[in-house]
Amino acid sequence: MSETTIGTPSLADPAARRALMAGVTPEPGAAKQDPILKVDKIERRFGGITAVDVEHLEVQRGIITALIGPNGAGKTTFFNLITGFDKPSSAGSGAAWEFDGRSLSKTSASSVAKAGMVRTFQLTKSLNRMTVMDNMMLGAQDQSGENLLKSVFKPLWRGQEKDVEEKAKELLARFKLLEKKDDYAGSLSGGQRKLLEMARALMSDPKMIMLDEPMAGVNPALTQSLLGHIQALRDEGMTVLFVEHDMHVVRHISDWVVVMAEGRVVAEGPADTVMSNQAVIDAYLGAHHDTDLGDDEVLTEGALEQIEAEVRADEAAHEAVDEAKHDQQGDKS
Amino acid sequence: MDTILDILSAVIREAISPGTAAVAIAVIGLNLHFGYTGLLNFGQSGFMLLGAYGFAISLVHDVPLPLAVLVGLGLAFVFALVLGIPTLQLRGDYLAIVTISAAEIIRFVGRLSNLKDLTGGAQGIQGRTYQPAFVDLSFFGDGAWTLAPFNYTDVADGAGWVRALGGLVFAACIVATVLVGRRLKRAADPTRTAPRTGLDGTLGKVAAVVLVLIGLYALFFAMPVTYGRSGVNGWWVRAVAWTLVALSTLVVYLLVRSPWGRLLRGVREDEDAMRSLGRNVFAVKMQSLVIGGLFGALGGMVYVLASTVQPDALGRQITFFSYTALLLGGAATILGPVLGTVLFFSARILIRESARAYVPDSIMSAQQTEQFSFIVVGVALVLLVIFRPQGILGNKRELRFNV
Ligand SMILES: Nc1ncnc2c1ncn2[C@@H]1O[C@H](COP(=O)(O)OP(=O)(O)OP(=O)(O)O)[C@@H](O)[C@H]1O
Ligand SMILES: [Mg+2]
Repeated sequence: MSETTIGTPSLADPAARRALMAGVTPEPGAAKQDPILKVDKIERRFGGITAVDVEHLEVQRGIITALIGPNGAGKTTFFNLITGFDKPSSAGSGAAWEFDGRSLSKTSASSVAKAGMVRTFQLTKSLNRMTVMDNMMLGAQDQSGENLLKSVFKPLWRGQEKDVEEKAKELLARFKLLEKKDDYAGSLSGGQRKLLEMARALMSDPKMIMLDEPMAGVNPALTQSLLGHIQALRDEGMTVLFVEHDMHVVRHISDWVVVMAEGRVVAEGPADTVMSNQAVIDAYLGAHHDTDLGDDEVLTEGALEQIEAEVRADEAAHEAVDEAKHDQQGDKS
Repeated sequence: MDTILDILSAVIREAISPGTAAVAIAVIGLNLHFGYTGLLNFGQSGFMLLGAYGFAISLVHDVPLPLAVLVGLGLAFVFALVLGIPTLQLRGDYLAIVTISAAEIIRFVGRLSNLKDLTGGAQGIQGRTYQPAFVDLSFFGDGAWTLAPFNYTDVADGAGWVRALGGLVFAACIVATVLVGRRLKRAADPTRTAPRTGLDGTLGKVAAVVLVLIGLYALFFAMPVTYGRSGVNGWWVRAVAWTLVALSTLVVYLLVRSPWGRLLRGVREDEDAMRSLGRNVFAVKMQSLVIGGLFGALGGMVYVLASTVQPDALGRQITFFSYTALLLGGAATILGPVLGTVLFFSARILIRESARAYVPDSIMSAQQTEQFSFIVVGVALVLLVIFRPQGILGNKRELRFNV
């Protein structure tokens, strides 16, 4: 993948990535040097509310991009739209997005995946009454045994089946699921299912993987090793776009951060720049996002009360805004 | 004693009848739909009826037999496409509604008096108008034949105890098969830790097959049945029907163990997940609907081989029988459909004949025993779903994760 990026030797080198992104102005909708995904004017309304309204967004190839934003900001809906699981309300009036030079605006979810953009779901979709191994095997693309006519002749697909199984075992080992390979996926814990889903998505060797809150419910040690794994994928040339609420994770691995709020992209930039952006702090992070609430020093009465007071004030302000909105809607209807 | 033997004889005759084999084939198709793909097809009887009409009408018009079979299958193919294209994109329940109505439409069209020249209207098509083409193919010869040829009458002048011994061997074989089967199932459980012993592997499977064969022989040794070798309702049609059952089972086995079968189960579990993995869910469901429907049509043709084409005989009732048999045997299992169908029809006859023999006419007339047998079967189904929802051969572990 690196040969397509102009002038950068390999994106495995952090300095190279910084250099690559240094030329990009940190503002919403900024153009990237070599975008793998370009999105234009996509809007999704659910009745009265506009869940997603993205004017322009580009995702740079070969790096890890984080998509952050408050609950209900439209991150999942945005994922659904570009992976073909949902249709934009603005379809036909300018909504367009292309992946790797190919327009995907009219493509079904399965073709999007075949094109090399594979996603996971926030609410995990494991195939419960199938074994973990079978789940993994379904991740692999282009299996000749899935052709109805060939399927009855085992010699035609036995070899490929073995290869796919080997690959699945390797991935399962990396995701610490190998001992579970013959268990039903439905018997896995919530965190294990997240892992399984991620491993399954990787079975297809995608060009770009989109992870919706991959670390939610995964224990710290495993999160560490998975982050290492995601970075390794990036270093091999895969593009990663992920949604995450854990700011430590975002800071730790993302090369670029996109912030969404109320459906719009409100900020973009390297993690540090974005997280010191006052608008982002107000809308999402909160003033104390750098403070570890588990830290003993914070737990002195005074500090805690102060934070609580600020949070209350914040909520009150939000509620006031919400109520105002509701009133407006009420008036309309 | 004689009454009991008569009843048992009737049960065995029903168990091996072409009608039972025909429904078994249709249930094998339904298993592909419902058991493996999760498609709620409530119109399997429609596929059967189309197969039967296509086959019989072609034969009546002197179309060669192989072509007539193809006509029946072709009709079912088109029917599957017509049902599938609009409904398979929608949520599962819609297919159920559409299939049940479509099957009824076919039945009513078949009954139309305007079509009397073609379908024979409500009377249907007489067997003798199309059966000869099939019966003439028989190379079984003339005369009668008894299964098993060497039976209790050949030992000790057919003394009662020889017969009883045969029955005992049969019962013992059933019990032993169940025990071996349970062991095999436990051994197949990947979470189990106990070491595997002799009967857990291939040896166990061989033992199960041998036991079943001995059991079947013992059954026919004690309860021999006699039919004409050829003829309209003889061994020829039975042999063909049960061979087709075996072939259908084999084909489904080959299909579902393949990566294609994995696609079916994936679609059953979660369509969106399959889409996110780049699979064309609609195509998979369509393939399943078509193939299961073709089995339905084949079942329909076998069904009319030894009877007549009667639209009302292949109505909703057959669909519900099929579901009952499938749940009884175990959905998403290879042998479940056949076992379930045989047990379902045998049990019904057992109840009906027992009621006929032992309940005085003043309490229950012959017609009422028929209805009574359905009531008991219905109650049995309810109990089955409550106490053994996975069916006889099904895997209880799977049910725990029912979503
Ligand atoms: N199917 C739907 N019908 C109606 N409203 C919807 C639907 N899906 C999403 N929404 C609304 O769209 C908005 C965005 O939802 P979305 O799931 O995209 O948020 P998110 O950014 O993923 O939030 P979170 O971080 O909590 O996962 C929410 O206000 C939600 O209520
Ligand atoms: Mg979300």
